[in-house]
Amino acid sequence: MSQLYTTVIGLEVHVQLATKSKLFCRCSTQFGAEPNTQTCSVCLGLPGSLPVMNRTAFDLSLKTAVALNCVIPKFTKWDRKQYYYPDLPKAYQISQYDLPMSSAGWLEISDEKGSFEPKRVRITRAHLEEDAGKSIHDEAAGKADSEIDLNRTGTPLLEIVSEPDLSSSAEAKAYLQELKLLLTHIGVSDCNMQEGSLRVDANINLHIDTPEGKIATPIVEIKNMNSFRAVERALDYEAPRQFRVWQETGQKIGEAPKQTRGWDDSAGVTRGQRSKEESSDYRYFPDPDLVPVLVTDDQVAEARKSLGELPADLRNRFVQEYGLSAYDASVIVNQGQGVTNYFEQVARESGDAKSACKWVTQDILRLLKDGEQEINAIGVSAANLAGMISAVNDGKLPKPRAKEAFELMLSTGSTAQQAIQELGIEQVDESALVELCRELLDKNPRVVADVQSGKVQAIGALIGQAKKLNPNVDPGRFREICLELAMESSSSE
Amino acid sequence: MSSHSSLIESSATAQLELLMRGDLFSVELTQAYLDSIASRDANVGAFLRVEKDRALAQAASVDKRRQSNKPLGKLAGLPVAVKDVLCDQDTITTCASRMLENFRAPYDSTVVAKLKAADAILIGRTNMDEFAMGGSTENSAFQITRNPWDLERAPGGSSGGAAACVAADMAPLSIGTDTGGSIRQPAGLCGVVGLKPTYGRVSRFGLVAFASSLDQVGPLARTSQDAALLLETIAGHDLRDATSLDRPVPAYSQSVAEPLAGVRIGLVREHFAEGLDSEVASAVRDAVAVYESLGATVKEISLPHSKHAVATYYVIAPCEASSNLARYDGVHYGHRTDEAEMLEELAAERKALEAAKDEVGLSRLDSSLVRMYRKSRSEGFGAEVKRRIMLGTYALSAGYYDAYYLKALKVRRLIRQDFDEAFREVDLIAGPVTAQTAFKIGEMVDDPLSMYLVDLYTVSANLAGIPGISLPCGFDKSGLPIGLQLLAPPLEEERLLRGAHMYEQATDWHQRRPEI
Repeated sequence: MSQLYTTVIGLEVHVQLATKSKLFCRCSTQFGAEPNTQTCSVCLGLPGSLPVMNRTAFDLSLKTAVALNCVIPKFTKWDRKQYYYPDLPKAYQISQYDLPMSSAGWLEISDEKGSFEPKRVRITRAHLEEDAGKSIHDEAAGKADSEIDLNRTGTPLLEIVSEPDLSSSAEAKAYLQELKLLLTHIGVSDCNMQEGSLRVDANINLHIDTPEGKIATPIVEIKNMNSFRAVERALDYEAPRQFRVWQETGQKIGEAPKQTRGWDDSAGVTRGQRSKEESSDYRYFPDPDLVPVLVTDDQVAEARKSLGELPADLRNRFVQEYGLSAYDASVIVNQGQGVTNYFEQVARESGDAKSACKWVTQDILRLLKDGEQEINAIGVSAANLAGMISAVNDGKLPKPRAKEAFELMLSTGSTAQQAIQELGIEQVDESALVELCRELLDKNPRVVADVQSGKVQAIGALIGQAKKLNPNVDPGRFREICLELAMESSSSE
Repeated sequence: MSSHSSLIESSATAQLELLMRGDLFSVELTQAYLDSIASRDANVGAFLRVEKDRALAQAASVDKRRQSNKPLGKLAGLPVAVKDVLCDQDTITTCASRMLENFRAPYDSTVVAKLKAADAILIGRTNMDEFAMGGSTENSAFQITRNPWDLERAPGGSSGGAAACVAADMAPLSIGTDTGGSIRQPAGLCGVVGLKPTYGRVSRFGLVAFASSLDQVGPLARTSQDAALLLETIAGHDLRDATSLDRPVPAYSQSVAEPLAGVRIGLVREHFAEGLDSEVASAVRDAVAVYESLGATVKEISLPHSKHAVATYYVIAPCEASSNLARYDGVHYGHRTDEAEMLEELAAERKALEAAKDEVGLSRLDSSLVRMYRKSRSEGFGAEVKRRIMLGTYALSAGYYDAYYLKALKVRRLIRQDFDEAFREVDLIAGPVTAQTAFKIGEMVDDPLSMYLVDLYTVSANLAGIPGISLPCGFDKSGLPIGLQLLAPPLEEERLLRGAHMYEQATDWHQRRPEI
């Protein structure tokens, strides 16, 4: 290997589950409300209040764990993770410590462009916990006060911890994209990073080949990455930084404390936050206010059944059933369920998966990127696109004018039929076409002569004229007929 | 005043009959108790707050509704005192702590809500050991409560106010809580009936937690019949308490008068060991003889792990308490230290350290947040609460968890198994509530360990989650009440009450009154 080191990355992802209410009370989880308006005695941790588990949150986490191929134990419990912070009103977070609701799963990642080999990333565990509130520190000069918003307190989070199986920022990004695709696909989270529904912390270190053998550098935890792009950039920054530090200090894992570094997106650097020299003692113990959760085989089977087809299954099926390339299947499926469903409808209704794929991966995806619009908001419905493809295949719409029809359908929302009418597209019958060719060849003896002397491309000039005379002329067919006629006149002479 | 005294000396059940027949107005009854409080509580100190105006208004409303034949709750018009640890919407709940001196809960505890729904008259809030930690009520941040039988002596605790107010006829019924004996022990020392239900029988919602896996709310009353009435009002499943049991509530007050024919009573060998006062021992043995005369069979049994019960309890309860009380940090509610003073103090310390060029000292100086936590908590909590927070924090710390908390959980299971075994052979277990009768106020304040041993006979029931009742079974030479404890298998409160009632029918200890 030409590289001096291998990068070792494990990711901790916190996903907010798509429940209407919080994990242990009935307060709303709606994002963006006025501070401290979505709180009650339970999530405020008032004396005497008691948590009661939200069954929906548990079911969603079960569904996720099953989709991540995790082992689901029959018995799981709640623990208190204790620490003091003003946005943690009970001074403990209800979480899961030694008996999480799932463990030992995996997620497969690959890159359609082939930048890395497909691999199975192991999932250490996924456990359910409640979120803390939000502290807003006003850093403006002279202002020492912090503000606390407890709307988020008690929101259900699923913490998904991967094994350190990722060896590049590209793999890390692919893992996150695949995870997001899976979670949104099965509907357990909106994974909206801007609203904090998906948060990523990365643990990274290097394995360096030295003459004395392979050594590992101290592990660094990177926080404050607010987009997948930021994760990618932070990891790309951090790996060479660790290599430089190692060259300077020679420090190996265990010789320096685990460090937490924050990603500064505008400066493009990670900065040291605090070292975990004395790892915090959270004094975990089972929460006596909650009863353990017993999970039956039936419940796991039910969760599995509710998953339906997962993205990986879809990709395989698209290759098998529609004859798409693996690349195209990925491009479509990776767009999420909306585009996937759209494609399938177009493919089924038109009976032409290849064209459906071409139109979706080129024209439709361009629209989604340009206008940042939802697939459902696009002017051309799946049914209409299928109609258009059928019209082309049936010869009702000349292929070269399909684009024109598509644009019209896009802006007016019309069907292919309506667009064809609107554009005045009619089949030009063969005899009329032959007539037109004759007429133009007669008017342009020069072109005929050129063609006869082998300059076939001279016909091009006639195609333009023909289109002016009748826009419905199929240029391909026109060219064929003209060439035939020109050669005929040559042989007859 | 004399008609008053016969009124307030009658049982709650008898008072309720009068009320229901229309022969007694709730306002009259409530006023009688308010008068009793006015004349006696200056000596006893059972109440932290008497809700005079609210109680009379509630009573008047009940009377009015009764006169117009409107539907009424099952305790309609009966005064009930509530330990100051159960939230009552918009009124103060202090837990006898400076920390919550001004805390007003924006919600009712389920027990208080059920009392309100039953049209009980909430007459006042009773004193207790701070956060229910203690066995003498001396740990209250606000006042001492005295034993009505001897004002020099403690009423027990932590529900000392709850027991004393019933013993001194300042309330016919009262609500206490029992984490290691906090209902049964003061009931025993004050000569009243106190019942700790099965864990989960009564909702803990709105009960300010001490040790969540042990805490239970229960009734204190003059008689088992009255206790039955109050228990059936407050018991039942509650969706807001995940640990509450979804089991129907028997009509305890209907069945209580049925004697237990041929009941098998177990006497625990380990209970009659060194340390048990001889007068208490003989009173308990006499009580057992009464049962035998009523057709009971008596059998000696063993609870081999009971000797570890106090040690187990004093690991588990402080562990849970250290966690439950962590929320009192001065941030969102409760006591917060004077911030200006605190910041000044910090600034002075910083200046001194800077002047001394003490880099280490500077690096260790509290942030203002940490100092706020420290000061708020050290000012807000009393010594016993701090002691238990430290015990629990230590026992849950990395490296100690397995040796203390985990081990205690294992012993707890063994203690429960002992009971399961025992209840295969007997229906009820009888024994003393405490080893001694009421001790003097101040006698043990400097000896927390002796104070912890006061729970010797009561903690096992909490660890095992089983129900227990304390009832008067005699008096010692100094005229102090002696309590008999009966224990039953889970959810057998009915058996306890019937067992207690048959004893009361054969004796008159429960009819004696202290002279105040």
